[in-house]
Amino acid sequence: MNWLTDHKIPLGSWMELFVDWLTGNAAGFFDTIAISLEWLILNMVAIFQWFPVYVPIVMTAALAWLLHRSIGLVIFVVAALLLILNLGYWQEMLETFVLVLAATTLSVLLGLPIGVLAAHKPWVYTILRPILDLMQTIPTFVYLIPTLVLFGLGVVPGLISTIIFAIAAPIRLTYLGISKVPEELIEAGRAFGATPLKLLVKVELPAAMPNIMAGVTQCIMLSLSMVVIAALVGADGLGKPVVRALNTVNISQGFEAGLAIVLVAIILDRICKAPNAKEEA
Amino acid sequence: MSVAVSIKNLDVVFGKNVQPALSLLEQGKTRQEIIEATGQVVGVQNASIEVQRGEICVLMGLSGSGKSSLLRAVNGLNPISRGELLVQDGDQMVNMASCDANTLRHMRSKRVSMVFQKFALMPWLSVLDNVAFGLEMQGIGKDERRRQAMEKLEMVGLDEWSNKLPHELSGGMQQRVGLARAFAMDSDILLMDEPFSALDPLIRNQLQDELLELQRKLNKTIIFVSHDLDEALKIGTHIAIMESARIIQHGRPEDIVLNPCNEYVRNFVAHTNPLNVLKGRSLMTGLDQLERLDEMLVLNREENSWFNMNADGQLLSAHRQKQALQLHKWENSSSLNDLNEGTLVIASPDISMRQALEIRYQTGLPVLLQEASGLVGVLRDRDFYHALLGKHFDTASA
Repeated sequence: MNWLTDHKIPLGSWMELFVDWLTGNAAGFFDTIAISLEWLILNMVAIFQWFPVYVPIVMTAALAWLLHRSIGLVIFVVAALLLILNLGYWQEMLETFVLVLAATTLSVLLGLPIGVLAAHKPWVYTILRPILDLMQTIPTFVYLIPTLVLFGLGVVPGLISTIIFAIAAPIRLTYLGISKVPEELIEAGRAFGATPLKLLVKVELPAAMPNIMAGVTQCIMLSLSMVVIAALVGADGLGKPVVRALNTVNISQGFEAGLAIVLVAIILDRICKAPNAKEEA
Repeated sequence: MSVAVSIKNLDVVFGKNVQPALSLLEQGKTRQEIIEATGQVVGVQNASIEVQRGEICVLMGLSGSGKSSLLRAVNGLNPISRGELLVQDGDQMVNMASCDANTLRHMRSKRVSMVFQKFALMPWLSVLDNVAFGLEMQGIGKDERRRQAMEKLEMVGLDEWSNKLPHELSGGMQQRVGLARAFAMDSDILLMDEPFSALDPLIRNQLQDELLELQRKLNKTIIFVSHDLDEALKIGTHIAIMESARIIQHGRPEDIVLNPCNEYVRNFVAHTNPLNVLKGRSLMTGLDQLERLDEMLVLNREENSWFNMNADGQLLSAHRQKQALQLHKWENSSSLNDLNEGTLVIASPDISMRQALEIRYQTGLPVLLQEASGLVGVLRDRDFYHALLGKHFDTASA
């Protein structure tokens, strides 16, 4: 047994060497990603900030009304946003929203084609499954360190970590949706002369849409659950006051910021989720 | 008539590497033996059949007999492992077994369209857009394809439902949408894979009638899969009966009913109503079998009814109880209401048994059958009982 413990396999050092190698050789690549993503996010926040506060409130309320026709939801959305404004977390709320938006958009843009590919090619899914499991189970802090090294402090490592955590949802649900498309619909598409591309766009994706939308909603929620972690590496948003409250044992600040996160989560959930549920019923 | 679909020695085997199964087939191994030896399923074995333009060919068999596999080979949904499958494309015939992807797509969008058992409508598209689906695949613009789709919807009587979603329609209506979708392609050949099996019997009957009605107008070539011989006899101009991946009998409905080739077909036939299929000619009593008294032929001895004819076989007169009977020449346009009790009807030997039975009921007399060359026979009560009880079938098997 001594022999076994004496000859430790240097897995950790290998990983470190790999990350060092990446920073040494692909620094330009990662810097470019970091700079462009950061630029994108900061500008989006700036755009939202440029509007008077009531514009986002009215827009969110209008969206809630359009999608759900529920006056109760509209009242809740407006009240919740006003409360966040009153508590003084408007700016942070916007930053969090943009972070979630960016993470979800990128996750779906990457995850959708991967999910489709996995559904069409069984071997892709065989490779993908353990990777997805790994990405969802490995503690977030563990990959926070290399992303921090590669992308530097700020919003970008937060964003990348969020994507790593959240992208499994759209991939899995797209895969599920596309694999579950009834065989007869595929046959009908083929029998009427669909090209493979048309089959995908006109039959498979629409048929899988309820599942894909569920994946998007899940992705939003997962992204939101990452705001505090993202704040640890320097991403702005509602996570920051939470982290600060933790460090200074500030109960009131922690409660208020936490409440703001919960409100954002409920708003996003209610606005995104219900139309699918209605469709399925 | 020209050939629309010609199938020669066609094998369909499901699986990746079909070669071992094909060589086992050549050695005369059965389907079951091949599954055990190679794990591959033989869908269709050595099928040869020709379908003429404008005909309704019904592929008939129990589930697993390979009828759907054969149908799906026609538009390439199933792989053709060996043999030849020619489908008419304008002036030429295209071999579906060897054509490339583009030709296949061309055939599917212009020549062969399909109606599915479970309708296979896109649940997110409106009824109108479902009908336009095939046209959309061809890249036809929205307004044009919706205009064409609306025409076909009117044809199946669903134009008022165009904005509904499929699930808002009943099963029968959904299948009409499926029919309209196939018609929208304006293709000559229609493949129908048990299209009415998922419907309840009344609706099924109604849709069969509608299909026949539409077919009279459109004159398509239809290959129709069914497991119901009554349905096959009703709509088919030809029927091919399949058993364990092979076509075992192919012929006109009447041939199938009168001369089932083996026990399997006989079992099917025994459970059908033959009146719709059989013609007077098959069951009539020939003149030579009638009792003669001098110049007179006896129709019914108890009723003392008889007729006489000249040397050319033309009817001269008919009497009952010494009274002359009124004669009526039965045409396709004739109506049963024109007939009275005691009218002797002279009909073509091609009259259906059902119609002859109706005439017998109305007139109370046997039905004489006459061809251009003269009288050929008579349908008497015994002949009707014969048909009703399926006795023709005992003699065929005896």
